[in-house]
Amino acid sequence: MKDTASASPVIEAKNLQLVFNTNDGPVHALKDVNLTINKGDFVSFIGPSGCGKTTFLRAIAALETPTGGTLTVNGMSPDEARRKRAYGYVFQAAGLYPWRTIAGNIKLPLEIMGFSKAEQDERVARVLELVELTGFGKKFPWQLSGGMQQRASIARALAFDADLLLMDEPFGALDEIVRDRLNEEVLKLWARTGKTIGFVTHSIPEAVYLSTKIVVMSPRPGRITDVIDSPLPRERPLDIRDSREFIEIAHRVREGLRAGHGDHE
Amino acid sequence: MSGGAMKHVLPVLTVVAAIIALWYAAAVGLNRAWVYDQAERAGVAPASGMALIAETWSQERPVLPAPHQVAVELVKTTFGMAPSSKRSLVYHGWVTLSATLLGFAIGTGLGILLAVGILHNRAMDMSVMPWAIASQTIPILAIAPMIIVVLNSVGLQGLVPKAIISAYLSFFPVVVGMVKGLRSPDQMQLDLLKTYNASNTEAFWKLRLPASMPYLFTSLKVGMAASLVGAIVGELPTGAVAGLGARLLSGSYYGQTVQIWAALFAAAIVAAGMVMLIGVMERRTLKRMGMAR
Repeated sequence: MKDTASASPVIEAKNLQLVFNTNDGPVHALKDVNLTINKGDFVSFIGPSGCGKTTFLRAIAALETPTGGTLTVNGMSPDEARRKRAYGYVFQAAGLYPWRTIAGNIKLPLEIMGFSKAEQDERVARVLELVELTGFGKKFPWQLSGGMQQRASIARALAFDADLLLMDEPFGALDEIVRDRLNEEVLKLWARTGKTIGFVTHSIPEAVYLSTKIVVMSPRPGRITDVIDSPLPRERPLDIRDSREFIEIAHRVREGLRAGHGDHE
Repeated sequence: MSGGAMKHVLPVLTVVAAIIALWYAAAVGLNRAWVYDQAERAGVAPASGMALIAETWSQERPVLPAPHQVAVELVKTTFGMAPSSKRSLVYHGWVTLSATLLGFAIGTGLGILLAVGILHNRAMDMSVMPWAIASQTIPILAIAPMIIVVLNSVGLQGLVPKAIISAYLSFFPVVVGMVKGLRSPDQMQLDLLKTYNASNTEAFWKLRLPASMPYLFTSLKVGMAASLVGAIVGELPTGAVAGLGARLLSGSYYGQTVQIWAALFAAAIVAAGMVMLIGVMERRTLKRMGMAR
């Protein structure tokens, strides 16, 4: 794995194991996962269901506890990092509170973290602008489309100053057209904020379009089969997806997925 | 009235009309025997046709009073008397309603407290619910006199014992509804709060309690109806002093069927009014919370 000396690691996993004990016996959700994510990286995790990509993201967020190996976030244990509010997490569903307005939803983490009222308002305005929802603060979630709701949930994750943004198939439930637009916006957002992003997806084009690093995973046991450092420039217009480099990377991802599946197909 | 409203009202009116028609017919059938009986004792031929029907609908102590008899009694004892009169339904209704409301308040408070306890305390989670269910399987008619006697021996009588019987019935739907409501947020929502490092207290006030509101109001409606039943049952063993329960009991002592039916309807009207009031509060609250569309 390429590791530039100047970059500082945000996430480091060494020999990470995670076994779930289920009624059908132990399930190896993660096996021997080694990965370093540097500051400012946009890392996609791609693989079929059961490959452990979401489990890995949840382990980073301290929502799951590894059963072996080491995992550090900003040099701390994931749970310490969680308590220091090191990351914002975006779930597959927007999960906005129906009884709060969009602005009220974005204020939720700010209230819990004890920001002053004035600071809350200022931050809400800033993140709404960032996700292009200015003017929608007073609306209730049901008054917004699915794509707009998901943008609001991203705004909520951005509202406090976590340098790390973890996104678990945030656009999985949206249609292709909305998805394309949101992908473009996420890239813009990443460029403007300089955050480190971990992004779980099912979609090869989405992974290749967004990422500086693509982690290909495969199931039973969940493991990493390939890590691709993207040669694409950071600035990416939508039509980059027709370029030869893009297609080559997409091909390599597909090969990686196929190889991981080879044992039973 | 707009066509849309008419569409809602028409089926209701049709059903009401059908019930009233059936009721009148039943009154003829059930009260006829008494007319024949009276005629036989007087040694005259019993009335027939319209005259018979008229007699079955105007007896003083019919087996089944006709709807208009109940309505007249209801109006007379509600509006035709000073509210302080012992024969006024307003007087008796208020006696019952005040016990109902106090019992409802106690029951609701207790229900919410128990639900919060069940949510946050494992021991309570394991132990409270079976007891709560068991408490509701005991016939209230059996336990109400015990409560009255025990409380009377410690100097409590009148409003409070009835309110406690009310609370005994009304806490249950609130516990069940609130436990379900407080547990309604899904794992994702709880995970989200965990990523903010939110405490259980914050999760309660910011997520669980607002999420439980629709469940609470449904429970309150059931609880209110149960409270009224409790208050009326609580009035029966006290010797029929005051309240709608007393009206029912004294009516049955003296064979005043019209009075019984009037008291029954008064109770139903009070219950419907209270439940509608909760419905209005529900709509307003949910609308203000943005949960009504």
